[in-house]
Amino acid sequence: MSTTNTPSASPSPQKPPSLLARILDSDILASFLRSKVTIVAAIVVLILFIGAAFAPFIAPTDPFDPATVFLADASIPPVWQDGGDPRFIIGTDDQGRDLYSAILYGLRVSLIVGGLGVLLAATIGITLGLLAGYFGGRVDAVIMRIADVQLTFPAILIALLIDGVVRGIFKSATREDTALYVLVISIGLSFWVQYARTIRGSTLIERNKDYVHAARLVGLPAPLIMLRHVLPNVIGPVLVILTINLALAVITEATLSFLGVGLPPTQPSLGTLINIGNRYLFSGDWWIVTFPGVTLAVLVLAVNLLGDWLRDALNPRLR
Amino acid sequence: MLAFILRRLFQSLLVMLAVALIAFTMFRFVGDPVNQLVSLDTPQAQVAEIRRSLGLDDPVLVQFFRYLYNAARLEFGVSYQFRLPVISLLGERAPATLELAFMSALFSLLVGIPMGVYTALRRDSALAKLFQAVSLIGISLPTFLIGILLIYLFSVTLGWLPSFGRGEVVKLGSWWTTGLLTASGWKALILPSITLGLFQMTLIMRLVRAEMLEVLRTDYIKFARARGLKTRAVHFGHALKNTLVPVITIAGLQLGSIIAFAIITETVFQWPGMGLLFLKAVQQIDIPIMAAYLILISFLFVSINLIVDLLYAAVDPRLRATVGAH
Amino acid sequence: MSFRSTCLAAVAAVALMCGAAQAQTLRYANQGELKSLDPYTVNETTTNAHLSHAYEGLTARDRDLKIIPGLAEKWETSADGLKWRFYLRKGVKFHGGQDFTADDVLFSADRVRAPGSNFVTRVPTDAKFVKVDDYTVDVILTTPNPILIAQWDYWMIMSKKWAEANNAVAPTPAAATTPSFASLNANGTGPFKIESHQPGVKTVFKANENWWGKPEGNIKEVIFTPISSDATRVAALLSGEVDVIEPVPIQDIQRVKASGTADVLSGPELRTIYLGMDQIRDELLESNVKGKNPFKDLRVRQAFYQAIDIETIKSRVMRGLSTPSPLMIAPELFPHTGFTRPKFDAEASKKLLAEAGYPNGFEVGMDCPNDRYVNDGQICQAIVGMLARVGIKVNLNAQPKGQYFAKVLKSGGYNTSFFLLGWTPSTFDAHNVLYDIIGCRTNPNSSRGETNLGGYCSKPMDALTDKILVEPDTAKRNEMIKEAFKISTDEIAYIPLHQQALAWGVSKKVKMAQRADNSLLFRYATKE
Repeated sequence: MSTTNTPSASPSPQKPPSLLARILDSDILASFLRSKVTIVAAIVVLILFIGAAFAPFIAPTDPFDPATVFLADASIPPVWQDGGDPRFIIGTDDQGRDLYSAILYGLRVSLIVGGLGVLLAATIGITLGLLAGYFGGRVDAVIMRIADVQLTFPAILIALLIDGVVRGIFKSATREDTALYVLVISIGLSFWVQYARTIRGSTLIERNKDYVHAARLVGLPAPLIMLRHVLPNVIGPVLVILTINLALAVITEATLSFLGVGLPPTQPSLGTLINIGNRYLFSGDWWIVTFPGVTLAVLVLAVNLLGDWLRDALNPRLR
Repeated sequence: MLAFILRRLFQSLLVMLAVALIAFTMFRFVGDPVNQLVSLDTPQAQVAEIRRSLGLDDPVLVQFFRYLYNAARLEFGVSYQFRLPVISLLGERAPATLELAFMSALFSLLVGIPMGVYTALRRDSALAKLFQAVSLIGISLPTFLIGILLIYLFSVTLGWLPSFGRGEVVKLGSWWTTGLLTASGWKALILPSITLGLFQMTLIMRLVRAEMLEVLRTDYIKFARARGLKTRAVHFGHALKNTLVPVITIAGLQLGSIIAFAIITETVFQWPGMGLLFLKAVQQIDIPIMAAYLILISFLFVSINLIVDLLYAAVDPRLRATVGAH
Repeated sequence: MSFRSTCLAAVAAVALMCGAAQAQTLRYANQGELKSLDPYTVNETTTNAHLSHAYEGLTARDRDLKIIPGLAEKWETSADGLKWRFYLRKGVKFHGGQDFTADDVLFSADRVRAPGSNFVTRVPTDAKFVKVDDYTVDVILTTPNPILIAQWDYWMIMSKKWAEANNAVAPTPAAATTPSFASLNANGTGPFKIESHQPGVKTVFKANENWWGKPEGNIKEVIFTPISSDATRVAALLSGEVDVIEPVPIQDIQRVKASGTADVLSGPELRTIYLGMDQIRDELLESNVKGKNPFKDLRVRQAFYQAIDIETIKSRVMRGLSTPSPLMIAPELFPHTGFTRPKFDAEASKKLLAEAGYPNGFEVGMDCPNDRYVNDGQICQAIVGMLARVGIKVNLNAQPKGQYFAKVLKSGGYNTSFFLLGWTPSTFDAHNVLYDIIGCRTNPNSSRGETNLGGYCSKPMDALTDKILVEPDTAKRNEMIKEAFKISTDEIAYIPLHQQALAWGVSKKVKMAQRADNSLLFRYATKE
């Protein structure tokens, strides 16, 4: 949904220690080990990531290959229910796909879309934020006004826009060919503002500090100062936003599939699976929506908890 | 100061122009509106005639400037689907969306702030942990699924609350309709407001918690405590008050996005607001509605941004030179 | 926390005072919206059915779609079939109080054929309407047309005086750039008056106490709300907030039936869902076969046909609610006797493909709407799987109807290689099918075959089609239709799939008749 899940990005007044230094700081490790919730969240995230990464090896069937999917197997309930089939542990969807395999593959697709989208957003946002904060003046005004325009276009509208443009240009491209790119670009283009604003805010403060003045006096070129000196000092909050945005991106992808701009039902993501299952909520085929839904919720919850912990751990004042 | 205001106004105008251009270009690619207007057996000559009468044969630039000129006079054209002026359609639907947005904002504030305060003050209590976990669930499921689940529970299973629409509405003045004056109107508001507000509630709760934690560490709070003020007075008189400034700012900025994101909630609950109108327009490729809606929403955003900027500038003269909205 | 609970408690207290249901008010929800009240603007079943509550034609159709007298009490045809005489019903008044006379028929005949009308095909352009007296109208044709009145039940008669007084003489075009009075107000002769109309939100119909006919039901008021989300619409029926919904998603039919408060009226619809293949281009637009078009080979078309397991689609995707069809027309409109589908046989299909020179199959793009027909997206997906098993790799492009139609129709340059489409002949007559979707599209000056997206062409069939239009003898005509269908079926012009089913969700308190054209008519409804 919204792109403004700002984790109170109030810039710190002093120059904070560099990120690497803070990561290595044994306090972080200690705080990690202290929080049972965080450990559980980390384990869950790890399991889900491994499951997604190795889906082709773990999953009993390939749900993306229509030749192996039999319509006659459609809507079979989980194994423990009447009518269950031992071939399909948690049942099948409306096309006869093994739901367990579909979830593993779907998770993979969702994480790829979310991950790439968020990385794109971070890249755009950090670059523009650094430029705006470092140069100020007209550059800043232009970039921040672009950010304003951006905010009026929520991810939903951006996806519709890009989807339309892609369709206009590649007339006979199928959704299977384009959906992934459309989604990644939509998420990238709608989530960057937050990074830009955060980075810009901290850069505005950093650029007036002595070490930046010194670097300038030495005659270092601006891009080098930004990347080598400013960036490491302002990137802390970005890590937190990245984590939380990954969760948000996965949810956004799911929402978009509800609006018909998501991944196609032949290559379902978690969101597509939920949207398919949504149709069968009243009909008694509860498993089609429940298992993908729970997987998504667990993923988002765990990632968010990790993000929370990371934010607190990186904020020295909260320790 | 006047120069600053003028500059920001000018920038805002540019933003609006950019939005109009983007919105307009986008629609060129979304699909062919003419196919929505005719049936499969309409003769092709007639289809061509419709295309011409809509001006869809003109160069894009001509179409854009025609659009701009009309938009400047608040003339957004006639909806392809309904054959009504877009501005009156949006006006008719606006009260529904605004009431929904207001109620969901209210819900998120009334629930989010107390939960945020509690989780900040009792950081380690079990209830606080529970609140934090529960609040996360609200953002762990897509809105449409939450809406359907609420309908399934409260409408179908329990039969307590309506599953769609606004209930009985009362007309106030010439165009405003309200559901706040009837029992069925209130009932109809509950589920959609919660669905729409859940995300904001989580956001506000977490924001309040974070700000409270920050404020509680500041010197003046420590000083207030040292002066021997009651904990309650310190927490609510000083800490909360100082927390609320950024919270209200964010909430204000969120109001715009609530309205924009009402699209999904309105679709699930068949809420007759602007978001539903917009989504239908997208599906039917009703360009005039789509364009007017986008321009309206960006106007809202830009205005809120502008006001926040000006307020900041009024408060802090140092910011005038460089800082925009934050 | 007390804060929050007080607020919620207050809301709950107010909420408890919920109003009780009103008697004889029927609350109805449809997936689609009522877009215009001008009866000549939107040619679409739902809109037509809605408007037929307020407006009436010279003829009507009863529950079984049989043509019965409407505003014309009776009519007769001259021996040469060139003159039709209509005797109008006397003493009929429009809702606005105007008397219904021959002038209104003449006016409506002009208006329906005026530029901007989307119903021009209802009345032949060269037909002349002559007023004999106030209650008699002659229609003079240049060629005989036995199906002249086939669509006249949905050619609504409007009041001349009302239209002239309200600047509504010209029909509201589909692409109106100015608002129109007739699209927001209705003045018909029908059993219901439109009391209020908020486009896309709510429309209220009130029974017309002065209707000339005898209402078969007891409905005094109808409140119509569009609800586009399937789940919400079903929820509204299950929770008793509405009495009738259309359609019920087929997967929810069991749930509705089990609810105890509502039931599902289902029956075959007249729409035929079918697959089409581009047989006109020399090379397919979306395929890895270059230099030739595999669909020009009858064996390939037959291989596709035999690869499709229609019974599994029926049982799994359609949950039993479809009628597999060997013909491009519903059995209610033309009997299927003598026609059968080629058997589902994947091995035979593979063999045919090998014979045609594609032992390893080939790749082809497929276009499919995903919000137009019952479970259309799922049907296409299932077909992709079935074809995959005979070696055909289908790249499915399922999209919302707006984009889909923009791509595949004539306006989009028939930009498709393989597609799914549905068709209901608006005349309820086979000629429409043979002319519009099977006829050759090779003559750019003719409207023949405009929706023949695959471009199949058979001159002998076209010649038969022309004879069918003017043949007055029903038995002879049916023989010709059968022959025409035989030609196109043998050559596999299309792969018909099935007639989908209608599913209306109806509260147990309501009794109503279901018509196979999916028109939901409240005059046949009774509520306890």
